[in-house]
Amino acid sequence: MSLLEINNATLKFGGVVAVNDLSFSVEEGEVYAIVGPNGAGKSTAFNLISRFYEPFAGTFRFDGNNLLDLDADQVADLGIARTFQNIELFDHATVLQNLLVGRHRHRKTTLLEEMFFMPRVRREEERHRAAVEEVIDFLDLQPYRNKMIAGLPYGVRKVVELGRALASEPRLLLLDEPASGLSVEETQDMRWWIDDIRKQMGITVLMVEHDMGLVSGVSDRVLALADGAKLAEGTPAEVQADPAVIEAYLGAGAA
Amino acid sequence: MEICQKARKPGVTGQGTVLKERGEDNLEVLQLFVSGLANGCVYGLIALGFVLIYKATEAVNFAQGDFMMVGAFVSLGLTNAGYMDLPFWIAAPLTITIMAVFGYLIDLFVLRHLFGQSQTAVVILTIAMGFVLRFVAGLIWGHEPQTLESPLALGDLHIGGVVLGMADVAIIVVTFLMTWFLYQFFQRTKLGLAMQAASQNQMAAYFMGIPVKRVQGLIWGLSGATAAVAGILFASKGAIDPNAGLLGIKAFAAAVIGGFGSLPGALAGGLIVGVIEPFAARYLAAGYSQIAPYALLLAVLVFRPHGLFSQVRVKKV
Amino acid sequence: MRIHFKTTYNDDIRLFPDRWTFMVYAALLVLAFALPYLIGEFYLGEVTNVLIWAIAGLGLMLLTGQTGQASLGHAAFLAIGCYANTILIEQGVPFIVAFPLAGIITGLVGVLIAIPVLRLHGIYLAIATIALSVLADDIIVLTEPWSGGVSGKFPEMITIFGLEIERWSMPSRFYYLVLVVTIICTLFYRNLLRSPLGRAFAAVRDSEVSATAMGVHIARTKGKAFGLSCMITGWAGALMGYYAGTFNNETFSLVISITLLMMIVIGGLGTIHGAFFGAVVVAFLPQGLSILKDGVFGSGVAIPGLETGVFGVILILFILFEPMGIYGRWLKIRIWFELFPFARKDMFRRQKSYLKTERLR
Repeated sequence: MSLLEINNATLKFGGVVAVNDLSFSVEEGEVYAIVGPNGAGKSTAFNLISRFYEPFAGTFRFDGNNLLDLDADQVADLGIARTFQNIELFDHATVLQNLLVGRHRHRKTTLLEEMFFMPRVRREEERHRAAVEEVIDFLDLQPYRNKMIAGLPYGVRKVVELGRALASEPRLLLLDEPASGLSVEETQDMRWWIDDIRKQMGITVLMVEHDMGLVSGVSDRVLALADGAKLAEGTPAEVQADPAVIEAYLGAGAA
Repeated sequence: MEICQKARKPGVTGQGTVLKERGEDNLEVLQLFVSGLANGCVYGLIALGFVLIYKATEAVNFAQGDFMMVGAFVSLGLTNAGYMDLPFWIAAPLTITIMAVFGYLIDLFVLRHLFGQSQTAVVILTIAMGFVLRFVAGLIWGHEPQTLESPLALGDLHIGGVVLGMADVAIIVVTFLMTWFLYQFFQRTKLGLAMQAASQNQMAAYFMGIPVKRVQGLIWGLSGATAAVAGILFASKGAIDPNAGLLGIKAFAAAVIGGFGSLPGALAGGLIVGVIEPFAARYLAAGYSQIAPYALLLAVLVFRPHGLFSQVRVKKV
Repeated sequence: MRIHFKTTYNDDIRLFPDRWTFMVYAALLVLAFALPYLIGEFYLGEVTNVLIWAIAGLGLMLLTGQTGQASLGHAAFLAIGCYANTILIEQGVPFIVAFPLAGIITGLVGVLIAIPVLRLHGIYLAIATIALSVLADDIIVLTEPWSGGVSGKFPEMITIFGLEIERWSMPSRFYYLVLVVTIICTLFYRNLLRSPLGRAFAAVRDSEVSATAMGVHIARTKGKAFGLSCMITGWAGALMGYYAGTFNNETFSLVISITLLMMIVIGGLGTIHGAFFGAVVVAFLPQGLSILKDGVFGSGVAIPGLETGVFGVILILFILFEPMGIYGRWLKIRIWFELFPFARKDMFRRQKSYLKTERLR
């Protein structure tokens, strides 16, 4: 059984069909990329999985759980973490605090314990901190640990957001355009990290990305979308060679 | 009130007692309704000011009521015999101009420096501005209630037993005209559309060549002018003092009930609040009548958080 | 400049980052406890007033500074705390039980109100809470049998295990009571900030979308913030009742709500220090102004609205030129001295950004 299975997902905004009868599944341990022109419904698909949008129709199953039974905040508890296209960090907190919020689903202490800061809270805090430090080491964020997000450059914020998702120790990582706005070197780093996330940490990755270099470099399978519907699916090479995909990208007649 | 009595009499003669009482009841209801309508228009006009600024800058001017108060005092200062003694029809447009400039300057010297700060900062800043305006108005014009010597304040209008003050009629007519004008402005003109665009995504609007900051200044000017109109009408109707701006709280209720993004909604909300008030005062026990507008406000916030006339949407990520 | 090397994670978790900071606050605490022996009764009363305002400020700060929800109706919760405490004591509940209970009741009422109200964003919340503050006045009048209505109530003398405490006849005892409550509230606040809930508050404040994606339940977190905020505010309200000696429907007005909000902004949003600095301003501004006014115009001249007017001007200046409040300014001055002569002017430049709307239309 696949880790994430989506069948016949449909979503409309007013009269516009954002996602049209879309079905795909992501296997445990793979890197699965969604590509497509702007407005193809890639981010919408992510927002459906995150339960930010309510689908008109379709089934969403993650590891045997029906995602439609859950609220948006409960999705994280299953082990699905995500990043955002336009970086949604907690701007007035430090990098460390941002990463610690990633640990939210692992918290065990109650309100009263926290108010009196019982020894258990301290022990838990040290445990969370240790987990976060591993992420910091993994992503080389040491110089920024106590810096406010508001003052960080774009590239670093992108990495912090990845780190926050990783800190939650997810089973499935949703990356919404991880390389957008990054320099060539930063994109290269991102590529290695995604590789390591899959290989070392064993986390399944589902990503939306425009950079075909990155997509073909890291992903096992690619799904091409246009107008909210599936255009092609297969290995990066297969999808890039697909005439329908070429037409969607370059326009009619180019092929 | 004497004129009232006379006006009522012809309608009652020769009928049976039951009919007569019902007739009086109906008249009274109508009278309450009309006076509520006039009050509601003032709330509506202040609410228009909120909505204008909200539509264009996504901020709320909590001092809008105090803007109205300042507008009222400026017109009073220009018109009344004790002050400048200008003819009303010169003073009124002058007041509107002065308040428009005032609004623009407030944006230029105060709000523009808030660019990039949170909505909460604007909320707090405008509340503080209200305090300052009240204080300054008190220094200049004193704390005694004063009335505007306005030609609108003279005479009543009798329509089938219902008595309407000329001021009330003027308020109702002007308010509807204002709302229509502003609505058309936002829907039809380039500037109006630019203002809407600027509120929804400042950065994108900026890149599309809309001078976001100047547009913001103009909208503050426009809301200052609206406040001036509200002020002139309000001062024609009754006495004003520096605390008159606290009326703004009821106008909030109006704006919320109508939905913050909609100009006709603001007017409708104002009318609802205005009409509810006299009826609550007439039919509810003492302590409860003041609560009515606020209770309605809370009910709307709980059940239709974005107003009676708008749809709820969520942020896109 | 002090540099401390961190060797354990606990260095970041404990209350005081280093020995020096600990010494400073220990000295401050000793000074606070010795205060009744150092200054006269009048000034002790003023300091007590500052502390009570600071507690109320902490309450609102938790909601506005930490969770980003502006409330313009916190005077209503001051009132609930005050009335709950007084009524409980009149029913024969001892102070030591009634006082904490008054806070808890206020907190619960806060949560009940929060459930519908906190679905609202920014300004809608501000307006709803304004309505709440206006309604509180009318409701107190309507519930006259319990609240005493317009004629008000007089809180009874506090007795804790036979020890009598009264604001006028034994100001130092009352001061110690307020001081202890202040310390407890401050500790609660600090503890929350360094635990998961405190981070969830900040997450909700800065980005609701990504907080949700990280598993933070927005409504529940805001509800907790509201409840805790109201609890602390309720305690402040109860103490305010004792401090004033009498209170009625007009004591906790909308003006108090707004003053509270302005106080924490002037002090510095999102910081504990801010609540205290703001309280100092609020408590001493009226005195300072009246002394100034008497000096300029001679005593007996009344200028209505002077206090609120000046307060408004101060606030506008702070929002425009120092949005981080007094505490922010203090930090800058301190860093300037620590780095002397290497501080640069642009070190503290604010990052300005275009407004990103939460609204989609």
